[in-house]
Amino acid sequence: MSFLLERTNVDEAGWRRAAESAFQAGGRLGALWGSDEGGGGLAVHALFAVHDRLLWTTLPVQDRYPDISHAFPAAGRMQRAIADLLGPRAGDDERGWLRHGAWRADSHPLRKDSPLDARLPEGDARYAFVPVEGEGVHEIAVGPVHAGIIEPGHFRFSVVGERVLRLEERLGYVHKGIEKRFESLSLEDGARLAGRVSGDSTVAFAWAYAMALEGAAAAPPPERALWLRALLLERERIANHLGDLGYLGNDGGLAFGLAQFSRLKEDLLRTNRRLFGHRYAMDRVVPGGVIIDVDLPSKNEILAECERLEEELGALRAIYYDHPGLQDRCINCGRLAPQVAAQLGVVGLAARASGHALDARVFPGFAPYDRLQPKLCAHRNGDVASRIVVRFEELFESLDLTRRILRGLPEGACRAPLPQPAAGGAGVGWVEGWRGEVFVVLEADAGGRIRRCHPHDPSWQNWPALEHAVLGNIVPDFPLINKSFNLSYSGADL
Amino acid sequence: MHKLLRRIVLAGIPTEPAPAPDAGLRTGAPRLNEEILQLLGRALAIRHVDAGSCNGCELEIHALNNPYYNLEGLGIRFVASPRHADMLLVTGPVSRNMAEALRRTYEAMPHPKVVVAAGDCGCTGGIFGESYASCGAVSNVLPVDVAVPGCPPEPAALMQAILAAVTNARRSSAASR
Repeated sequence: MSFLLERTNVDEAGWRRAAESAFQAGGRLGALWGSDEGGGGLAVHALFAVHDRLLWTTLPVQDRYPDISHAFPAAGRMQRAIADLLGPRAGDDERGWLRHGAWRADSHPLRKDSPLDARLPEGDARYAFVPVEGEGVHEIAVGPVHAGIIEPGHFRFSVVGERVLRLEERLGYVHKGIEKRFESLSLEDGARLAGRVSGDSTVAFAWAYAMALEGAAAAPPPERALWLRALLLERERIANHLGDLGYLGNDGGLAFGLAQFSRLKEDLLRTNRRLFGHRYAMDRVVPGGVIIDVDLPSKNEILAECERLEEELGALRAIYYDHPGLQDRCINCGRLAPQVAAQLGVVGLAARASGHALDARVFPGFAPYDRLQPKLCAHRNGDVASRIVVRFEELFESLDLTRRILRGLPEGACRAPLPQPAAGGAGVGWVEGWRGEVFVVLEADAGGRIRRCHPHDPSWQNWPALEHAVLGNIVPDFPLINKSFNLSYSGADL
Repeated sequence: MHKLLRRIVLAGIPTEPAPAPDAGLRTGAPRLNEEILQLLGRALAIRHVDAGSCNGCELEIHALNNPYYNLEGLGIRFVASPRHADMLLVTGPVSRNMAEALRRTYEAMPHPKVVVAAGDCGCTGGIFGESYASCGAVSNVLPVDVAVPGCPPEPAALMQAILAAVTNARRSSAASR
């Protein structure tokens, strides 16, 4: 692990102070989770990212602990998730978040004494949405099954005419017990599950998991493996950005865009399949290294693909930027002002499109990016058009990064044997995936098992921002705005 | 406009022939008679439900509509309402939080209807299995006609499964364009 990780245990006052000082220093909340420490002891943990430092703060808790959502609003839902899974509560929102009707408020599935396969007594699935009153206000309820090939979630719109006054998200539908499942796996097998926290970010999560485990074992992977991981991560970014640009064109009324971009994405996936054995490079990043390699012909094939893609992307970008209909739909639509993005602690691509220079790849210490020196791509306007621009810019940058990776690829092994970390050994993985920064926090148990693993998707921070971006827009623009964020349900529902 | 048209011409038509249906993916004998299968095979409407997937299967289902697989070219399309659907395509282990929505979606579909479970998770519960939060395989919640494994199943395999669900095992020519 090359970034600086500081771990501290605090009391309640220290917990408040840690949040406050991270906030004052311009830091952000990376992740917030709870754990059963055994022997009836519970704890909550926060990961604050302050520049290139990560502060892992732990607070032993019983039933209540201080709310930090005034400094970091995204903490609200994470605190509710902790209450659902373990019991301790912060803040005054007592509604379940991950807990719908599958278990009751007095069951705590993530406690060690609750078996993984327990059938818990069912609870009440009703949910109290915040009502909006006034003349002409009505509600539109959407989901959990959406009108398309999308993940499930519920959106409650309060509208006047066509204009959105309020949006309230209700997520947690795809909660499938990932964190509990981790605890039934060996440290090695956990990598497969990490790669399935959010399928579209499989490389980012698998890398973060491997980084966490390698940190716990104090055994960095071979240099070549890091560069190959970066190659796969950039290809994941390219694939997702291509897909999103296609759908953004389509949702903006330009079906041509979907046909073209989905063709380019398919070409890329087929190259992945041919060279790496899997279209999305699932399970290719493993603890200790990678199980792929590139020889000279593969290298040339990827370089040729970069050339082709760059030419096509240039032409498609010109078409997108010159298309009056598409521009009309996207400019000033779903605007997340830089100030609001900062207040909400938005991360990743959405933050960069709202004028914030946040990209873990450009922080010092993230090998191999510290030697690749990627360019940070950002825009100021925070609207759908900005998120399109950032995607185009990042595509070109990722293609260029791919070239730099292939030309500078160090020789050597792709995988090294990983010593088993001692029981209690812990590590953190921090990777800038295509959507934003992904964290995996891992604690080893005796015998090569997992004591606790918390994977964190940037969607936790960015879902609340969607509620703001949509305000004042018309309902028919919601799909376009939603797509421009393209957040993960599975990654945050766990 | 000329730039746009130029791109369309340059790209050409990359659509590939459809794969043959894979009757081996059936979970049992077809529940529908041949006459109905034949009708469905020519104009099939699919409602997809993610009942708990990691979204990997969704990526491949999206790919079915790219120009290479061009599922719509076979008369098969995805619809927004279960009331318009002949087939339910389900991904993921069924999370307990989604089980009710999945059942209601199935019940909202008109008869005759078929169910395809996609991916290792849809087939068996996959890596997530059964737990306090997951019902596991789709067949634990709904009757399943065809189950296609894979993590995620590649688009061609998904097509083989979809076609198998609306093709009698004895007659596999429905796939020819």
